Amino acid sequence: MLTGIFSYLVFFACIVLLLGLVTLGLNLQWGFTGLFNAGVAGFYAIGAYTHAILTAAPQLNFLGNFGMPWIVGVMAAMATTALAAWLIGLITIRLRGDYLAIATFGIAVSIQLVTLNWEGLTGGSQGVTRIPKPLSGVFDTPLAYNLWYFALLAAVVALVYWALERILRSPWGRVLRAIREDETAVVALGKSAQRFRLEAFVLGSTLMGLAGALYVSFIGFVSPFDFLPIVTFQIWAMLIVGGSGNNKGALLGALVVWAIWAASGAAVAKLVPPSHAAQGAAIQVILIGLVLVLMLLFRPRGLVGEQAVVSRHAPD
Amino acid sequence: MIWQALADGIFTGAIIALGAIGVSFTLQIMRFANFAHAELLTWGAYLAFVFVLFVGPGTPTGPVSFGWQLLAAALLAAALTALLAWAVDALVFRRLLSRGAHPLTLVFAAFGAALVLRHLIVLFWGHDSRFYTRELQMAYEVLPGVRVLPDQVFILLLALAVVAALWLFLTYSRTGMAMRAMAENPSLAQSCGIEVDAVIRTTWLLSGALAALAGVFAGLTPQIHPEIGTNLLLALFAAAILGGTGSLPGAVVGGLLVGIAENVSLIWINPGYKQAMPFLVLLFVLIFFPQGLFSEKEHK
Repeated sequence: MLTGIFSYLVFFACIVLLLGLVTLGLNLQWGFTGLFNAGVAGFYAIGAYTHAILTAAPQLNFLGNFGMPWIVGVMAAMATTALAAWLIGLITIRLRGDYLAIATFGIAVSIQLVTLNWEGLTGGSQGVTRIPKPLSGVFDTPLAYNLWYFALLAAVVALVYWALERILRSPWGRVLRAIREDETAVVALGKSAQRFRLEAFVLGSTLMGLAGALYVSFIGFVSPFDFLPIVTFQIWAMLIVGGSGNNKGALLGALVVWAIWAASGAAVAKLVPPSHAAQGAAIQVILIGLVLVLMLLFRPRGLVGEQAVVSRHAPD
Repeated sequence: MIWQALADGIFTGAIIALGAIGVSFTLQIMRFANFAHAELLTWGAYLAFVFVLFVGPGTPTGPVSFGWQLLAAALLAAALTALLAWAVDALVFRRLLSRGAHPLTLVFAAFGAALVLRHLIVLFWGHDSRFYTRELQMAYEVLPGVRVLPDQVFILLLALAVVAALWLFLTYSRTGMAMRAMAENPSLAQSCGIEVDAVIRTTWLLSGALAALAGVFAGLTPQIHPEIGTNLLLALFAAAILGGTGSLPGAVVGGLLVGIAENVSLIWINPGYKQAMPFLVLLFVLIFFPQGLFSEKEHK
């Protein structure tokens, strides 16, 4: 019983770290630069599918069958997502805020349609199975494996967190926040706002792609239904709850919102009869929507709120 | 083949146009992209469905598959959905605005409201498709190779009548003029003594009512389901922006163009990608005509 709870907690923590990584990417885009990315699920999907297609074990009627090593899959996932974000950004980044939201939302919908319809490449609605897990031969129990994966994810998130904190205190990071606050002033100071916005967009999306790759090599399976628009809204809820503009907040929000999601899912599974599973799932989504709206109404700064960040060279 | 697609495009386009009018006016008057608008279509469709459950869709009248009861249901749904749109504004958007929230915060809130509204529908009625009427309809061959349902023609005419009435309202009534003034130049309109609150209220009521009619019409051809509005979301925005925000004729032409583009493209494109078509139209418009096709004025 105790080990059961413990292994669930390890699994839960892995998911929180994965989603926290996505939220860190969104925080760079929205929290620091003011870019409204409504297509988070799309970039997450690009990373996940790139990794899946490159590393999955050979299977029938599948274009991939590359069987590449894990690390190649992860690197390629980041590179592909960065390239996609760069191409999408070239077209959309100059749009005004709410039009960027519409455009990125449409991109995520289109990407999901591709994963659903391009069966040769993505396996269609069946998805891609038999994606190898890194070092899976070394550990004999699922719990031991999940503990190793947790350590891996924690290291990745810590590294990303440290790097983000560092670049946000650099001149580059200060320009991003300046763009968010007053784009005209930034342009008047001779900075190309478009270039910085594009860089932040690509970097944030790359983190989402990395999370996608780490997600599929944890689960070992990927399907188009992992990337429904609800994923984007969950990530937003995490950022808003935690406090946008604060990387600690992004991670805390991932924990809180995923706890609400998982707890409501467990409660629904216990209380709602299986014949009404659709209604039960609806309750979970309504909760996410309510959390989002209520936070914006009553605690717009989030749980943590943004800290004043100055140059790391300035004395405290 | 292409003529059939064109005809189907005009029918879907009329429905998109009715929904796009509300999106267009909120974009221009309230200055934010209301992603919850599509859910108003769904609510309209389901509210009419509830009324139809009680009184039935009516006996088929002439070639049309329903009677006056369904039209009454549509009207009732329009009134209730108008109130719903107003209530969402009062509960969420107006509060955020009065606190001086960033316009994009409203877009976040709109997505949140959309999630709640759509899944309340699932909570009450589940995922199953529903039908207003089980009457079977004969398609008429109006031109060689072009078949249309009498219901589709009826809906198209009704939509045209609604748009004409709205045009009269906007052109000749005081409130309508105030709405157009707000759309054109909010600060000037305010300093001319236009009651902003009244204009915003009317905008929400009208958007809600039109969205409900679009939802009922979409549900008549042929079924309603919880994603009936959401599936049209990108089409609504494409139509509103294509026509130039804040313009009634623009939204109507935009709706028709998007409907036609969607249906004609299906001749060559895998139907699995149907939902992405309005988005491609939208992307094209945003890149080449960011002010819309018919805009005379410079927007910011």
